[in-house]
Amino acid sequence: MSDVSPVRAVVAAHGDVAAGLVSGVEAISGRGSAFIALSNRGLAPADIERAIRETVEGAALEVVFTDLPMGSCAIAARKVQRLRPSLLVVTGVNLATLLDFAMADGVPPREAAERAVQRGKDALAAIIPPHAG
Amino acid sequence: MPVDVFRIDDRLIHGQVVVGWGQPLDIAFVVLVDDAVADSDWEQDLYRMGVPPGMTVSFLSVEGAIAALPALQADARHGLVLTGDIATMQRLAAGAPAVRAVNLGGVHHAPGRTQRLRYVFLSSAEEAALRDMAASGVTITAQDVPASRPVPLEQVLAGTDLS
Repeated sequence: MSDVSPVRAVVAAHGDVAAGLVSGVEAISGRGSAFIALSNRGLAPADIERAIRETVEGAALEVVFTDLPMGSCAIAARKVQRLRPSLLVVTGVNLATLLDFAMADGVPPREAAERAVQRGKDALAAIIPPHAG
Repeated sequence: MPVDVFRIDDRLIHGQVVVGWGQPLDIAFVVLVDDAVADSDWEQDLYRMGVPPGMTVSFLSVEGAIAALPALQADARHGLVLTGDIATMQRLAAGAPAVRAVNLGGVHHAPGRTQRLRYVFLSSAEEAALRDMAASGVTITAQDVPASRPVPLEQVLAGTDLS
């Protein structure tokens, strides 16, 4: 059994968000290598789109996780998707989503991503102290 | 309420625009001035998805925007007019006296451009266009988000602030 998870998806986000999330997956599960992290820092829209497209094509990937739904990464991923309709674009990614995806052994990437989206939604909560008014 | 911001940003409608500027300025409408996007239903749908509830977006050609600006300036809501490049804003400013100040919000690296700020790269033609706009009376400052310091055009062109 290999110690390194095969690459299964791209994470494209603002600043150091993608690298940070992937670092979190690695720290918790040792499966950070399931992702290639991309940052939009300093990149023109065409360059973000090119980076995503080349990464997806180079590793034959079917899933791109992005952060803000209205962010430049999500828009660039949607433009790549237009030319590659088999590509699944997930917006609003968080650590719970990526962890669930990374741990989904034997599940096809698109299916794993769709399931992981629900896990990510479930992880988002406002926890009110029990005695708060 | 006149249009609050005329912004040049090659990422068009994205987080900095709708969140970074949109929320603190209570922007209720965004006008994306771009001849190509104005002609593409698919791209309009794409950018429309990026606009939060309570904010409207419209897509106009340069000529359409010049014609629409008087009405936009009379709108009671706060608004932001956006172009994806300097040449488009120059055309808009040339035809619309209402454009008195321009926010240089993001022009990223491309072949032939030289870095002037962390988020501003300019070709010689783009520098000339900015100087022309300034000479015609338009105040140009670079500022990516409201919390950052506005950088006057001459300082941008000097390229001494790359941090």
